[in-house]
Amino acid sequence: MASESSSISKFKSGELPGHVIELGLDEPLKLISGKQLSPFTVAFQTYGELNPQKSNAVLVCHALTGDQYVANPHPLTGKPGWWDRLVGPGKVVDTNKLFVICANILGGCLGSTGPVSINPKTGTPWGLDFPVITISDMVNAQIRLLDHLGISRLFLVIGGSMGGMQVLDLASRYKDRVFAAVPIATAPRHSAQNIAFNEVGRQAIMADPDWCQGSYLKENKRPVRGLAVARMEAHITYLSEPALHRKFGRRLQGRDALTFGFDADFQVESYLRHQGSTFVDRFDPNSYLYITRAMDYFDLSAEHEGVLANAFKNNQIKFCVMSFSSDWLYPTSESRTIVQALNAVAANVSFIEIETDKGHDAFLLDEPEMHRTLAGFINGCASQIGLY
Amino acid sequence: MSSISQPMTMSGLRHDLRLIAGLIPQNSRILDVGCGDGALLAYLAKEKAGDARGIELSQNGVNACVSKGLSVIQGDADMDLSDYPEHAFDYVVLSRTLQATRQPEVVVSNLVRIGKHAVVSFVNFGHWKKRIGLLFRGRMPVNSPAFSWHSSPDIHPCTILDFVTLCKNLNLEIEVAISVDGQGKKQTIASNGRSANLLGEQAIFLLKRN
Repeated sequence: MASESSSISKFKSGELPGHVIELGLDEPLKLISGKQLSPFTVAFQTYGELNPQKSNAVLVCHALTGDQYVANPHPLTGKPGWWDRLVGPGKVVDTNKLFVICANILGGCLGSTGPVSINPKTGTPWGLDFPVITISDMVNAQIRLLDHLGISRLFLVIGGSMGGMQVLDLASRYKDRVFAAVPIATAPRHSAQNIAFNEVGRQAIMADPDWCQGSYLKENKRPVRGLAVARMEAHITYLSEPALHRKFGRRLQGRDALTFGFDADFQVESYLRHQGSTFVDRFDPNSYLYITRAMDYFDLSAEHEGVLANAFKNNQIKFCVMSFSSDWLYPTSESRTIVQALNAVAANVSFIEIETDKGHDAFLLDEPEMHRTLAGFINGCASQIGLY
Repeated sequence: MSSISQPMTMSGLRHDLRLIAGLIPQNSRILDVGCGDGALLAYLAKEKAGDARGIELSQNGVNACVSKGLSVIQGDADMDLSDYPEHAFDYVVLSRTLQATRQPEVVVSNLVRIGKHAVVSFVNFGHWKKRIGLLFRGRMPVNSPAFSWHSSPDIHPCTILDFVTLCKNLNLEIEVAISVDGQGKKQTIASNGRSANLLGEQAIFLLKRN
């Protein structure tokens, strides 16, 4: 089984594709918790070319289990980039015209500094000594990357789910550094239900004896069963009841009758087990804890006297908020809350709900209406500033 | 009440929308409430170089607008206007939508609150054809032949005189009032409004708070 330690060694030996930059040597990354990281590493991919005016840059923010491989095959799984449908030459986010940047988030496990990285003070992996990070910390790390690349203003920042939280945070705190923002299938704060689901996932990981109180790397172990269960549970929340029914119904897996045992009799069980077992090959359990925590801590209005609209005051950004009708993890009502807050400051906002039964994951899937409306929004923005 | 000149380059736009567009100066911040497929919005954004945005009830309409590059949200006049701050826009347009709102008085108040000016257009139920229909046929007038009285979304139709009274009650200044007859001929509505109320099929008002 490939492990995250092998992915780290691949990074060190330059085997994983993409760029890796060490930042924060002179100026530490100050975290919301009060702690600091110096230095910190950002692993990122770019697609297309930055124009001489540096006005065509797009930042794509990835979700909880995403990574920087937005439009090229994943180096560990070989699967197509996670937003391959949307990002590429001639596609909605057209890399023939735009310069696309996607960075592995702070706390991630594919090259950027996270709990699997080596703590410079000890020479061993951080594990639970890694400071707790927030969505704002992730965004700050990406802003530092943009500074490094000399990009003072993005044309577009776009992301779904936790990527959408980064979009909202960036649009709120760096309002002069982006022209257009597209938060998709996301929320201005994590609801009690969101936190509850994340907590089940974390408990599954921490209940695995191989987790070793977070120091499994030192013990040469991996809590893969716990991580797999966390993924299985989370995966259900990414789908919808109609989608599950359509895909699997009560069909049996490779058998004609019930076995009266606890093997995966049903196709849906087999599917979830597969989702769990393949996920552990590409993701670090401690990263999962840290990133879900960052999502739980996200509450944009809490940072603005409890008034979400205050997060967007004096904002000139063009927003396109998008939700999916069957998404019950970040339902349309959450997107409406964002839209109402933007309206309250008369911000420039479009809001689209896409009719689909595919649930939260719809933002990653083939949704022609989403692609059509996004293309219209992005092209409209591009022509407004004379980009193309 | 004064008349307005009609710009020359508005072909392809529905007649009443053309008249509305003629009321709005260049470089304005505009909100079109009930913007449909975005025809007026697209025109205003392109020809008036303004910051034009829309609210539309039907999600299909919204998606069509956004895919054309227009800034539109899904929402309705009754529910969503209260979210906006005072004078967020120079002009707020409500075209042929007032009669379908649940609380026209609240809606009109919101229009002149969030916009420095409001443009309201509606089908005049005081028009002689509608009166004759009720007088001789004994049937309720409707906004469009596509509907009967029970299926029409138009729960609050009004006449020009009704609307003028509403504006008085709300202490609004009527800056421009136009009626359009069956031949598409526009006329400035005279101060008592009686002949326009009989002959005008449609009415367009430019309003502001006193």
